[in-house]
Amino acid sequence: MTADLDQKLLDILVCPLTKGPLRWDRDAQELVSEQAGLAFPVRDGIPIMLVEEARKLDETA
Amino acid sequence: MNDTPDSQIFDRQTLRLRRDRAATGFAGFDFLKQEVAERLEDRLLGVNREFPVAVDLGSHTGALASILQRQSGVETVLRTDLSPAMAEQGHGQSVVADEEMLPLGHQSVNLVCSVLSLHWVNDLPGALVQINHALKPDGLFLAAMLGGDTLTELRQAFLQAEMAVLGGASPRVSPFVDVRDAGNLLQRAGFALPVADTEQITVDYSDVLSLMRDLRGMGESNVVRDRYKAPMTRRMLMAVAEAYHDQFARPDGRIEATFEIVYLTGWAPHESQQQPLKPGSATMKLEDALKMAKGDLQDPPKEH
Repeated sequence: MTADLDQKLLDILVCPLTKGPLRWDRDAQELVSEQAGLAFPVRDGIPIMLVEEARKLDETA
Repeated sequence: MNDTPDSQIFDRQTLRLRRDRAATGFAGFDFLKQEVAERLEDRLLGVNREFPVAVDLGSHTGALASILQRQSGVETVLRTDLSPAMAEQGHGQSVVADEEMLPLGHQSVNLVCSVLSLHWVNDLPGALVQINHALKPDGLFLAAMLGGDTLTELRQAFLQAEMAVLGGASPRVSPFVDVRDAGNLLQRAGFALPVADTEQITVDYSDVLSLMRDLRGMGESNVVRDRYKAPMTRRMLMAVAEAYHDQFARPDGRIEATFEIVYLTGWAPHESQQQPLKPGSATMKLEDALKMAKGDLQDPPKEH
């Protein structure tokens, strides 16, 4: 399922850890924080912005 | 998780699980959230301002978010909750987020509201700073959280029952913020024109069990980290019910439970707001002003 995220939402959201920018990876349905090295999953259009739920980028990059 | 620092009073992981569990049946237990959300709306209506982007923090199933949605000038409403199961319920765009680590960009929103959620935050000063950071200049923060007198009857009944049954007491009811501290916290977090005030809502129940069922249904049962984690024995439960009934029963046999609601209001600083004057910028001497207040500026009194 490749739901898209509203641009307005993307304008508001930042990485909860670094407050830095997020890159929307539509294919993977993830919001990627390069600074934190974390990818936050988006499930059914709901971004899960919890560090403990995020995928570490260096593990399965 | 044993690496949690000692400053963590509340077990947020457990809170999330409690909310996840409460999510599907929450509609039957949302009366307090709904009531306070409507009271918050009254306050919002008193503010003659439009807020294009609004956030409902700790939204649960979105009682407040729906209210925000119908305010004039509101274009986008974002709901956040710590619990994915809560975030899935209700309407509108929701985001799973922790109030202690907000994923909101610098000066990205015009209004942040919250109803009955911030009382579970470990680092309230930190959360307030993050909220202020997310607000655009002249943006508004308006929140209702549970305050110190909440469930005071239950707290006392537990204390009495635990002393009698266990010979000691444990934290059964969460500690809540004091309204005086709340005002200071707003100020320290950099909010302009900070106001904290309080009101009480009394809810009556047939007995302690139905009160506890309600708290569980709301996802509000105790998540204090140092809580007594063993399941409550029947003996303890009876002792609590008895102590509660003895002290707080009304003539008709029903019991009352107090919820203290602390309202927090603060604005993200903006030059258009009332500012204190710079020191030394006064055009009148304090002495003269005092005399004027006494009505004798023309004829200063002579002291002998």
